[in-house]
Amino acid sequence: MNDMTPPKAAQQHLKIVGTRPLRPDGVDKVTGRAKFGADIHVPNMLIGKVLRSPHAHARIKSIDVSRAQALKGVKAVITSADLCDLPSEFIPAGEMMVNFKDMTRNVMAREKALYEGHAVAAVAAVSEAVAAQALTLIEVQYEVLPHVMDVAEAMQAGAPLLHDDMFTIGVEPRPAKASNIAKRVEFGFGDLEAGFARADVIVEREFATKPVHQGYIEPHACLASVSEDGQAELWCTTQGQFIVRAFCAKLLGMDVSRLRVTASEIGGGFGGKTVVYLEPLALALSRKACRPVKMTMSRTDVFRASGPTSGAKIWVKVGATRDGRITAADALLKYQAGAFQGSPVQPGAMCAFAPYDLENVRIVGFDVVVNRPKVAAYRAPGGPIAEFAVESVIDEVALRIGMDPIEFRLKNAAKEGTRAPYGPKLGPIGLVQTLEAARAHAHYRAPLKANQGRGVASGFWFNIGGETCASINLGEDGSVGLVVGTPDIGGSRASLSMMVAEEFGIPLDQVHAIIGDTTSLGFNFLTGGSRVTFSSGMALVEAARDVIRQLRERAAKIWEVAVEEVEWVEGHARLSGKGKTLSLAELAKTAGKTGGPIIGNAAINATGAGPSLATHLVDVEVDPETGKVTILRYTAIQDAGKAVHPSYVEGQMQGGAVQGIGWALNEEYIYDDKGRMENPGFLDYRIPVCSDVPMIDTVIVEVPNPRHPYGVRGVGETPIVPPMAAIANAVSHATGVRFTDLPMSPPRVLAAIDAQRGA
Amino acid sequence: MARLILSGTLQKLAGGDAELEIDARDVKQLLRMLSERYPALAPHLESDAYAIAIDGEIFQDIWFAPIGPDSEVHLIPAIRGG
Repeated sequence: MNDMTPPKAAQQHLKIVGTRPLRPDGVDKVTGRAKFGADIHVPNMLIGKVLRSPHAHARIKSIDVSRAQALKGVKAVITSADLCDLPSEFIPAGEMMVNFKDMTRNVMAREKALYEGHAVAAVAAVSEAVAAQALTLIEVQYEVLPHVMDVAEAMQAGAPLLHDDMFTIGVEPRPAKASNIAKRVEFGFGDLEAGFARADVIVEREFATKPVHQGYIEPHACLASVSEDGQAELWCTTQGQFIVRAFCAKLLGMDVSRLRVTASEIGGGFGGKTVVYLEPLALALSRKACRPVKMTMSRTDVFRASGPTSGAKIWVKVGATRDGRITAADALLKYQAGAFQGSPVQPGAMCAFAPYDLENVRIVGFDVVVNRPKVAAYRAPGGPIAEFAVESVIDEVALRIGMDPIEFRLKNAAKEGTRAPYGPKLGPIGLVQTLEAARAHAHYRAPLKANQGRGVASGFWFNIGGETCASINLGEDGSVGLVVGTPDIGGSRASLSMMVAEEFGIPLDQVHAIIGDTTSLGFNFLTGGSRVTFSSGMALVEAARDVIRQLRERAAKIWEVAVEEVEWVEGHARLSGKGKTLSLAELAKTAGKTGGPIIGNAAINATGAGPSLATHLVDVEVDPETGKVTILRYTAIQDAGKAVHPSYVEGQMQGGAVQGIGWALNEEYIYDDKGRMENPGFLDYRIPVCSDVPMIDTVIVEVPNPRHPYGVRGVGETPIVPPMAAIANAVSHATGVRFTDLPMSPPRVLAAIDAQRGA
Repeated sequence: MARLILSGTLQKLAGGDAELEIDARDVKQLLRMLSERYPALAPHLESDAYAIAIDGEIFQDIWFAPIGPDSEVHLIPAIRGG
């Protein structure tokens, strides 16, 4: 547990935090020097490739690898027999708890292939061509089984059963029969019946969303090297090198201390790189071949075999009085988990009504397995799906009672002291401020033309802290080196360096941050949950204060005074009232003579992460002839607590909005009747490109988090929560048709318009 | 004494109890007390799948977070994120 002093932001004028310096990783990235997952090469390296199931659901009767093993140039072939079979054991990772029994089966199918693209064997060979040829020589005997792709169908009695040992958790008494329903969750309080009885208006609707991929531009890639004595190294693109180490060590039966994992630069993760796919396979191949093995996924592999987020079916009912007070809110969420349990239905259920102050509320959720790739975390996992439905209904209720949608939200907005639907009372949050900023924004008053509509939606995400270590090494010239264990995805090297420079009172260019490998620090939870600037920042502030304490002690020794007489001011030790100073560089230069090198460390389990809330405004135009929706104008407003580097915060807000635009308008997995994905590439699975979106305007609201030394809240996930509802509301206002199914692609929009016309 | 509030799924696992007074000074003591009182809850508590909110602040996997004599405590699912 961390115990930090109150927000420094409230105590002094900040010189670096809150400014917009150039990003420290910019030059390497624009010149091509930055090393991403696939950029690592070592001598004697083999190439690994994976054989994947062509069937959505099939029993594996036998695998014959003998012909592949005999091929010249093939150095190793593995199947599930080369990984540990593990009992059911849950541990935290990414959005959720992971089960090692499932994880070992997801990285390599055992009894059954559970989705098209499920790995069934892998080879390592001297070249990619030989590896590819070897895959064709592996003979797998399948017994093809009926498959199920839809969440509602999977919940039916008699649906094809993925796991005959899955009995729904959260239902009492425990079901006697296995089913595809892994879990039932429920949150809420109050008296729904009484609440709805008091309502003047009740809106009730069903919604559907499709699985969408995180769409990171860099595919999964890694290089593993296991020596004859069992020592192993792994370089990979990941959101958490310590989590990769933990997972791989478990799957391969290794001690974690024998495996050193280095995180490469990362070309996007968004939650999708919080799990392992290739990494344990590369290690197993390398262990067998006694040579380094490099593996990369193609884009097709990424789509067919790595986690999207859930598709879902949702039902929402909200009642309100004519004067704009919500009297009751009820929701039922059914989320696809993919082939193994663990959809984000639980956080989705907790987020669903979190922006509102409610007396009577219930959310029930179901986690359901289907024959699709196992879902992985995706920015605010579960939240965008639930809030798409809720914020659509909120908009419709406002419309029905004739109230401005922002005014309606303000009348019901959660604020400090509001009891969240999942139980606890909320601390200071900034939803009201984002709504007021939206109402005051010129965007909200701009005129609209025919076929155009404006939508509003708000969104909530918790943010987290978690286990975090950091160290600060004072160089002999007074420059400051930082080591953190959280990969930099969204600019954390900049934001962390800025907080440290602020603490020391030195120029930012004297501070240099690196991401350490798993041998350089104690355990760090991954980069996720919008936690890095919050948690690693908190650890580094603690470490910096430790270094400053040591520097004051060294200065006191030099001046032969008590340490209490020495203060630290703008990069200098200063003897109170005597005018004597020693700079950081001077103290660093004499560190050997005054007691040895100076380092600072901190190891914390960060708590006090404050939720971040957002409100988005969007204007759309709908072409009534084609159904195409064009985003005309978009404004994202969000509470950042304190924006350490506002440009990065704005980038997160813009990125989340754009991903939400793709989720709302175009993105979906399309399968044939055999459960095979038909659009596993960016030509057919269409994420937004620059020409699809206008400049995303941003407004940062700052309601400081009192539990962080600079008032920081995580900002990375919240901005993907409001877009789908905001756009659906805008499209509905433009067309007069309420859109409840995503994506709102041209054929669907046109069909709805035609149906309204009676065509 | 501090109050523990249970709702939804957890309330069901606790035999329908919605609120109870707790004599626990920290999270570890609370978890032990709950496991003894509600055996159906025990496996869930041991799985690290739950966090404790004390007076609105969420503590995940932190045994020694103090519980004050007047604290309001909630047992909620752990949050991770993407």
